Amino acid sequence: MAPIVRIENLTKSYASGFQALKGVSLDIEEGEILALLGPNGAGKTTMISIVCGIVTPSGGRVTVAGHDVVKDFRRTREIIGLVPQELTLDAFETVFNTVAFSRGLHGRKPDPALIEKILRELSLWDKKDTMLRQLSGGMRRRVLIAKALSYEPKVLFLDEPTAGVDVTLRKEMWQLVERLRATGVTIILTTHYIEEAEEIADRIGVINKGEILLVEDKAALMQKLGRKQLTVELAEPLEAVPEGLAAFRLRLGEGGQSLVYEYDTAGERTGITALLAAMAEQGLRLKDVSTEQSSLEDIFVELVGDAK
Amino acid sequence: MNFEAIKSIYAFEMARTRRTLMQSVVSPVVSTSLYFIVFGAAIGSRVQEIEGVPYGAFIAPGLIMLTLLNQCIGNGSFGIYFPKFTGTIYEILSAPISTAEIVIGYVGAAATKGLIIGTIILATASLFVDITIAHPLLMVVFFVLTAVSFSLFGFMIGIWAKDFEQLNIIPMLVIPPLVFLGGSFYSIDMLPPFWQTVSHFNPVLYLVSGFRWSFFEIADVNPWISLAIVVAFLGACLAVTAWIFRTGYKLKN
Ligand SMILES: Nc1ncnc2c1ncn2[C@@H]1O[C@H](COP(=O)(O)OP(=O)(O)OP(=O)(O)O)[C@@H](O)[C@H]1O
Ligand SMILES: [Mg+2]
Repeated sequence: MAPIVRIENLTKSYASGFQALKGVSLDIEEGEILALLGPNGAGKTTMISIVCGIVTPSGGRVTVAGHDVVKDFRRTREIIGLVPQELTLDAFETVFNTVAFSRGLHGRKPDPALIEKILRELSLWDKKDTMLRQLSGGMRRRVLIAKALSYEPKVLFLDEPTAGVDVTLRKEMWQLVERLRATGVTIILTTHYIEEAEEIADRIGVINKGEILLVEDKAALMQKLGRKQLTVELAEPLEAVPEGLAAFRLRLGEGGQSLVYEYDTAGERTGITALLAAMAEQGLRLKDVSTEQSSLEDIFVELVGDAK
Repeated sequence: MNFEAIKSIYAFEMARTRRTLMQSVVSPVVSTSLYFIVFGAAIGSRVQEIEGVPYGAFIAPGLIMLTLLNQCIGNGSFGIYFPKFTGTIYEILSAPISTAEIVIGYVGAAATKGLIIGTIILATASLFVDITIAHPLLMVVFFVLTAVSFSLFGFMIGIWAKDFEQLNIIPMLVIPPLVFLGGSFYSIDMLPPFWQTVSHFNPVLYLVSGFRWSFFEIADVNPWISLAIVVAFLGACLAVTAWIFRTGYKLKN
């Protein structure tokens, strides 16, 4: 099936001359949840803004459901929802009215019952007649989400939906994302929290300095993460891995002071018992043993660090 | 056409108008009354009449235009400047609406408010002087065309302005001289020939003159020329607005 969002060689240079996107390509499949991770200034918001029509691209092409976002903007914007990173709302509007306004802007007939349902779902119904300026930050974030849901988008962009949101609300937000996905909505969210990406995404993309460094299934990434390293410190240094231990595919550590064994925690047998027995058989004297697990965080830091 | 969107923008702007209507009505009503007292009563007692029209009545169309221009430019510029300023413009830019629809929504609302207040000023004026309208239809045409063109003009200022100072500078610096030198309070026949020539470069002269003709059938320039100039001004504003949106000028990065 053709991807619902296709980004091809997208570039953006701002008027200041700064190049925020350097040829980004990304396909987003219908119905998936894609998390975009990246440090501040990576270009996440810029990319989303181009897809939504807020920023004009310098080069490349974006299609949504097969329509070009520039030429065929009506078709694409009808199905795209956006929850922006900044909490921008009209101070003197009420919650209900601002949500109804969003629905109208997207060409939908008024539907108070639907808006009520959305506001209840986001625990905002008791605030429906409150002026927006009287809301707390977390409530404003939810109002922005309600606005985006009011016109029933097929593709929803959430730009840092959980920034400045407390733990309970963050959990609720994740549940909401899950419910939306169940109705077939494609969701793209940006975040700085790796746990968040781990928790809810199907695929994870890493972007830095205007370039996509990696896009992978979370499952595949997790498998990489599932690997562990066992490091055995030796009392006496070795020249090479002893013949008798070849089956374990060990790596010799720095200065021959240690042996490193990689194993899969998900596997039925880790092979640790056999390895230690074999080492004793070889007459190796062990000084210390330690294990280490690479996390998504490590991969992220490594990727972003390499790019620096 | 995304009619729901136009309706939404228009209704949103009219709700803002309702919240601020009292303050927007009081100030022009007070200042218009002052103009009638000072110009109409004080000067009028000496000038008596111009081309057969009592001075107080003669200045009424100009005063209505003055208020209409100020209101329309003010509303038109503020309506679009404010979302730009607060950032809520993101929603307009990411909605499935065209330039034309955005302009119809905002400018329609600004013009409506201008027309409401203009009508209130007309009613106020009739409390001070006898007003007869010789050509009501033409009067309404001038009224509406002026409201729409200057709301659009204000809209462009709102898009161009980077801060509140820029937002206010044109209405404050440019409009009063144009209105005062545009024959609102006198017939330009009363000016020396040089200034008569200069006055013909002032678009507001045509507005006021045409508008006044629809009341009293006296004019500084042929009313049809006036009408043509107003339509041309509207066309120019439309063309610039279309260019702004095509290029994303100051709206999009
Ligand atoms: N209007 C602008 N003019 C010039 N440069 C800009 C503009 N907007 C963004 N940039 C620059 O483009 C780069 C990418 O910004 P962007 O907002 O897309 O980053 P981001 O990944 O969303 O970051 P964050 O996690 O902080 O939200 C940054 O270096 C930023 O300074
Ligand atoms: Mg951002």
